[in-house]
Amino acid sequence: MTKTVFLPSKIIPELFVPQLFLFFFCVCVSQALPLEHTKNYIKVSLIISPTEDMSTIYCYSTMPPSRQYSHSTMPLLPVSPYSGPSDFCTENNISECMLYISQELSSLGLPSIFYDLNGIRELDVTSALNGMYDLLQLQRRTMGMVEELEVEQLKVSSDLHCQQLSSSKLKDQLELSKKENIRLRERERQLEINVKSLQSCLKNEKEEVQKLQNIIASRATQYNHDMKRKEREFNKLKERLNQLLADRKDKKQGMDVLNYVGRSDGRRSQWKTVKTDARHESEMYKTLLNEFDKHQKELMLENAELRKVLQQMKREMVGILSPKKHSQKEEKCTEFTDQVSFFDENIHIRKSVFNEESSEMSCEHAREKLTNSIRQQWRKLKHHVENLDNKASMVQLGREVGEEMISKDVHQDEMERLKVEIQQCKDFIQTQQQLLQQQLNTPCDEETAAVLNDCYMLEEKERLKEEWKTFEEQRKNFEMERRSFTEAAIRLGHERKMFEEDRATWLKHQFLNMTFTEHMAIKTQNALSDCK
Amino acid sequence: MLNNEYGKDDTFFFIYQQDICKDKQCFGMNFSEVFKQSNQLCKISPDGKYLATCVQYRLVVRDVNTLQILQLFTCLDQVAHMEWSSDSLFILCAMYKRGLVQVWSLEQPEWHCKIDEGSIGLVSSRWSPDGRHILNTTEFHLRVTVWSLCNKSVSYIKYPKACQKGMDFSADGRYMALVERRDCKDFISIFVCDDWHLLRHFETETQDLSGVEWSPNGCVLAAWDSCLEYKMLLYSLDGRLLSTYSAYEWSLGIKSVAWSPSSQFLAIGSYDEKVRILNHITWKKLIEFEHPATITSSKAVVYKEVEKKPVIGTEDLSVHQIAMGSSLFNTKSNYEITSLPVQVPVVKPDTDRANPKIGISAIAFSADNRYLATKNDNMPQSLWVWDMQRLGLQAVLEQTAPVRCFVWDPCRPRLALCTGNNKIYMWSPAGCISVKVQVEGSFQVQSIMWHGSGDSLVLLGKDQLCLCYLATDEEK
Repeated sequence: MTKTVFLPSKIIPELFVPQLFLFFFCVCVSQALPLEHTKNYIKVSLIISPTEDMSTIYCYSTMPPSRQYSHSTMPLLPVSPYSGPSDFCTENNISECMLYISQELSSLGLPSIFYDLNGIRELDVTSALNGMYDLLQLQRRTMGMVEELEVEQLKVSSDLHCQQLSSSKLKDQLELSKKENIRLRERERQLEINVKSLQSCLKNEKEEVQKLQNIIASRATQYNHDMKRKEREFNKLKERLNQLLADRKDKKQGMDVLNYVGRSDGRRSQWKTVKTDARHESEMYKTLLNEFDKHQKELMLENAELRKVLQQMKREMVGILSPKKHSQKEEKCTEFTDQVSFFDENIHIRKSVFNEESSEMSCEHAREKLTNSIRQQWRKLKHHVENLDNKASMVQLGREVGEEMISKDVHQDEMERLKVEIQQCKDFIQTQQQLLQQQLNTPCDEETAAVLNDCYMLEEKERLKEEWKTFEEQRKNFEMERRSFTEAAIRLGHERKMFEEDRATWLKHQFLNMTFTEHMAIKTQNALSDCK
Repeated sequence: MLNNEYGKDDTFFFIYQQDICKDKQCFGMNFSEVFKQSNQLCKISPDGKYLATCVQYRLVVRDVNTLQILQLFTCLDQVAHMEWSSDSLFILCAMYKRGLVQVWSLEQPEWHCKIDEGSIGLVSSRWSPDGRHILNTTEFHLRVTVWSLCNKSVSYIKYPKACQKGMDFSADGRYMALVERRDCKDFISIFVCDDWHLLRHFETETQDLSGVEWSPNGCVLAAWDSCLEYKMLLYSLDGRLLSTYSAYEWSLGIKSVAWSPSSQFLAIGSYDEKVRILNHITWKKLIEFEHPATITSSKAVVYKEVEKKPVIGTEDLSVHQIAMGSSLFNTKSNYEITSLPVQVPVVKPDTDRANPKIGISAIAFSADNRYLATKNDNMPQSLWVWDMQRLGLQAVLEQTAPVRCFVWDPCRPRLALCTGNNKIYMWSPAGCISVKVQVEGSFQVQSIMWHGSGDSLVLLGKDQLCLCYLATDEEK
């Protein structure tokens, strides 16, 4: 957008002010244009007015777009009040200048600077000065805006710079990671190839092993076949040899003995008959059966031993797992039925059954139950021990970490102490139980029972008596106190009556000694006080 | 040091407490004079009274305690095999080259008996358990001839098999198991020794049956295949197959087998250097004993024989050394207990040859069932003793030379072994000792035999023998 500004070519001193003023105006006007309109360029043409020279000096300023936003951009038009003579306004064209300026001002929304007097335009100084003032304000505001904008622009440009740097950094990083990624992919690929090749090697080896085994098998069959063939041939040879030797009679085979010796067991030899055969068979079977019997006996003994061991183990496991409720005498356990261990009732029954030492019980059911129960208890014991181990290890870990844990010695001492305490308590409980047992079981005769009862009763009675005594005492005390309180109350009543009487007399006295009005006053006062 | 001399004929050297390693178990060892023998033929009679030796073609019978010669018999040729009859009345001498067997009687020295197998040849000859029959195996294993000394009867058993252990008698002497092979198939025949009645005859599921052995209680027969296949079959006395056991396939299999005296365990030693113990109830593997090159088992005690060669020209010559004579070659040895872990010396076998020297070649149970001694062929200098109660390794004896022979005392848990040098070694749970054989001249112990009472040992050298009397604490 081009804005033509008329400037005077030379400065006429007497019109200096208006000329300058006008020039200044123009500058302000041009400056006051919002910058958005001059995004592309500002073209300012200075046209000299058509006066003496009639020359027009065109001064264009084309600002490159980038330079627009540079804070070092100096407005081309001088802002200083006195930079050069303005040739916008001369003596002759004052009214046109005024008109022009008014038009410009009106376009900006300011009142005109002149007023019309019979066709002559007269400069209205006030409005002109007002207009100038307004323009100056406008100028200042715009300058402020410009500054702000410049600052913002700086900020933005620095931000941009930062962003550019970071983006370049990120780009570099991206490059690096892409390269890394490629490298790793490459490696993975190579390893996969490696794995594949090894797998194929393995497969080949396996195939080879299989092949070799097949070869071995086939060779073995071949050798067997050959061996058999040779053996048959050998047998034939042997037969032939045997035949030849039998036919040949040169060397006689025989035994030459002085006399026959008796049998080692002294008995005569017997003919071979069916009976002897049967006897041999039976003897053989007898031997076998004896052996089986012996074997079975041994196994039974072993079985019994193992059963005993299992039972003992079970008992001990039960003992370990339930120490509080475990009574040391096994027999009592069955009698105290209220002492229920935390296993089911069946175990009691089984215990009592096995306590009878029924080692002959070999039925499957009982055997299974025994083994199952042992397995169960063993599992529980295992859990228990594992828990203890965990706790111990945790305590150990804790000790390593902090000093809050108590030392091992102290811990052990405490444990000992606790154990001793437990033992004492157990003993105490046992004695109590014994006593209770005695009491329940010992058939005491009536006398002693009565005496015993009496003893207990006496004790109770004594205690009760004592309590009564104390109670009586307390009651007496209460009575006394109450009496004293009543007396006190009565006394208090008396005193109050006395006090009332006194008051009454005093009042009468007063009344008799006073005038009416006073009396009335007093009366009203009294009434008031009464009311209160 | 006592140095006693008894009698004129027999001289003893009394040695007291030689080189005891671990414990203060003291027992004296008397060594007898050295006698000649040939072919390692020297046997103590079953009743323990007599000692029979063969010297070339002569049979010499001595009293065990006095070593006096009681009888002297002359055979027709060099004796290849000599055996006492079970009642200690007769002695069998077999001469395989001539195919002859001669039987001698102790009661009646003039009694004689000669069995001539003729052209059919003879490869093996043995007594039957009743001491009245002789079983001769002909050449090429054509047949087994049963000769009776009681009557004129002769029995023939056809198709015996030529294998590692083709014939076995039960402990009570009533039954005999024989391995037969017909038409390329293996059979086992069970005979009643009383009258050689064939009790049972059955085929076995084996490729090449290698041996049979009765359990000590006489009710179970163990039969095993050749080393090409690991297979152990267990048969009852009446011929029923009780169980089959096979540890693995393809590799070389069973090398040695031993029953425990109570018949509770069957120990199988195999080429994979392991001993597997089967139990008599289920006939399944109870445990596997490994023979690793590095011993780390913490309960085992490793005894290492350490030889000390004396320094020549020592000033301090003790009486003992002077009496012994040439102290130059007197290498003393004793046992040292080495701390675990221990490296056992291993000899790698030649893989190209057949019957490789690898695997468990010898197993023996002690008389009380408590211990088991094993020898691994590729660790030839070591002897392993296992505790059967604990089922773990008890001790390892590492010798300076390969172990040649080891035998348990028939009465106590005591093991005697020799390595071909002039010492005998004994192990007991209390400890280990190494004793030099105190005889004139050099004596290389090649084989050991216990007397039935466990009080004396017969030591056999190359062509010498000597007796070792072990005095117990009570006797001293």
